[in-house]
Amino acid sequence: MQELINRAKELLADGTVVRVLGWRKGDMDYNPEVAYFNSAEELDNFVYDGFCGANLSKYMIEASKLEGKTLVFLKPCDTYSFNQLLCEHRVDRDKAYIIGVGCRGKLDIEKVKAQGISGITAVSGTELDGPDSIKVSTIYGDFDVAYTDAMLERCHVCKGKEHKIYDELIGESKDTHDMDRMAAVAAIEAMSPTEKFAYFQAELSKCIRCNACRNVCPACSCRKCVFDSTKFDSQQKANVDSFEEKMFHIIRAFHVAGRCTDCGECSRVCPQGIPLHLFNRKFIKDIDELYGKYQAGETADQRAPLVNFTFGDAEPSIVNERGSK
Amino acid sequence: MAMMKITRDALPALYARIAAEQSLILPVKTAGQTNFGLWNETADVDLYALKTVKSAKDAFFPQSETLYTCTTEDKKITITPEKLTDEQFVVFGIKACDVQGIKVLDKVFLSAPVDSFYAARRAHGTIVAMACSAPSESCFCHAFGIDPTEPADADVVIWPVGDTLCWKAMTEKGEALTALAGDLLTAADAADETALENAKAFTKSVMQKLPYANLTLEGWGADKTDEKFNSPVWDDLYKGCLACGTCTFVCPTCQCYDIKDYNTGKGVQRYRCWDSCMYSDFTMMAHGNNRNSQMQRFRQRFMHKLVYFPTNNDGMFSCVGCGRCVDKCPASLNIVKVIRAFQKAEKGETK
Repeated sequence: MQELINRAKELLADGTVVRVLGWRKGDMDYNPEVAYFNSAEELDNFVYDGFCGANLSKYMIEASKLEGKTLVFLKPCDTYSFNQLLCEHRVDRDKAYIIGVGCRGKLDIEKVKAQGISGITAVSGTELDGPDSIKVSTIYGDFDVAYTDAMLERCHVCKGKEHKIYDELIGESKDTHDMDRMAAVAAIEAMSPTEKFAYFQAELSKCIRCNACRNVCPACSCRKCVFDSTKFDSQQKANVDSFEEKMFHIIRAFHVAGRCTDCGECSRVCPQGIPLHLFNRKFIKDIDELYGKYQAGETADQRAPLVNFTFGDAEPSIVNERGSK
Repeated sequence: MAMMKITRDALPALYARIAAEQSLILPVKTAGQTNFGLWNETADVDLYALKTVKSAKDAFFPQSETLYTCTTEDKKITITPEKLTDEQFVVFGIKACDVQGIKVLDKVFLSAPVDSFYAARRAHGTIVAMACSAPSESCFCHAFGIDPTEPADADVVIWPVGDTLCWKAMTEKGEALTALAGDLLTAADAADETALENAKAFTKSVMQKLPYANLTLEGWGADKTDEKFNSPVWDDLYKGCLACGTCTFVCPTCQCYDIKDYNTGKGVQRYRCWDSCMYSDFTMMAHGNNRNSQMQRFRQRFMHKLVYFPTNNDGMFSCVGCGRCVDKCPASLNIVKVIRAFQKAEKGETK
């Protein structure tokens, strides 16, 4: 972490960048916040540890509008989002100085709490070069939790250690992939229509329409979301347990299809623990099956299958063929 | 009224007995998350959960509700107002902080002009508050003078003590519910009272060890508008904000709503639904938006809770320290960070 701070200070001092976008220490060990740092002094509160899960690529949309270059720290998976945003002309490469930071998976405090641990006063051992288990201090005593047991779902299906875009790299990443990325999607596909409906009904009825999933999503970069528009009947604010919130999530999934890099931010931020990433992964799985393997954000100049006609494309009749299964 | 008790094993029978007479709303787990919901025989009741994701606010001020319906037939327009609640219901297992949240809502909805929808629910609802036994790291109700072991303003208070729950009716409504519970409740004896006092003392000792134990509201409160409003601290604090409505919607005291029309094809359903001051279209008017930057929206939420509300309500804060926003903010920003950032700035310390 100190290496990141030192390098940020150098880049600020030599004028390469005018600000730094990173994470600031929280008031607890597990809640660092996204922050801008404008001076060497402010960087003393910089932090980079297991709880810095926030994907800073989305913040680069706003940072691209500011005067001068912004130093941004991106984890391997965040670089896919940055590439995708570049592809969509939503961020300015010339306004970004990217330091690719090492990652050994990011942590989810809810997973710690789910083990019955409460009254947390401190968490240590979460740094990049930390031990295999984190130490959670509580008012009831100390607990050791295996790092992988506290990891976000998305890290178990990690896309890899490689940064897809960067100016320089700091820190070694670890391979955290130990689960089949499409297993949960396949399990839902195998359900009967009634079971599927019940599953989504239970999950989506928890939605409180807070829009956290949309607002954190790097693929949701519209300046004005159709669901916020006051000019049409499309605005949705009511949370009703019947139709609206399902439409919201399904339309959102369609809108980001082929552009979603599967960064997992939607599920990380959902206050109700809805596995929103599964919608997106279903689309990714279908795209892979129908058009060949494709990873959004792999490069900044690739053409996505859904916006790139080829004679080999699936025909509309595919709906009948697959739907009848 | 004398202290009564009920065993934990008898709770399902109690729920069934209450639900036979009135609607029973209590913490229910659905797809892994606990929220207040309607009891039925298959409900996965999670009474001992410390915090529901959303507060119990929905019981009195639902996230969305229809106000009236207009239908057109030929050229005739019929307006049908939505019926006010006229059935008794019980909200079971509200924590002290959330009960205080309802008191905050009362200030807004029961002062003139009275909100008839809210008033009807308040008149027909019986509140069974449950004392906390193990507050968590995000709790800071003490900063607002709330004692989580002695929930105030409830109709019945229950205290979990081991496998028993002590029960005390506090109002006439509470006594009626106690009568309904009937033989499921038995008189508590001296040993129960002692165990209860020990349990309360334990909870208080927990409170003192929690990370926010030393949080105060120094510098905040009524009439602080001028010194806070133009502070440069806001500009630094808001930047991580995603402008979502999580904090607003999990909050037991946020009370802003929007009124909109839903086109049913044959008419219009006029409904209201919770709104969030974090949203770009919040209070959008013909002339534009009265707050056009996220900094202004962010500032509004905290100024409302910690300055404007106390200014207009004899010093009463419209935060109750439940800590839900601390737990749930996707950007890890929260009211405690705001409170402290200003306290540090005012003491001349850098963040």
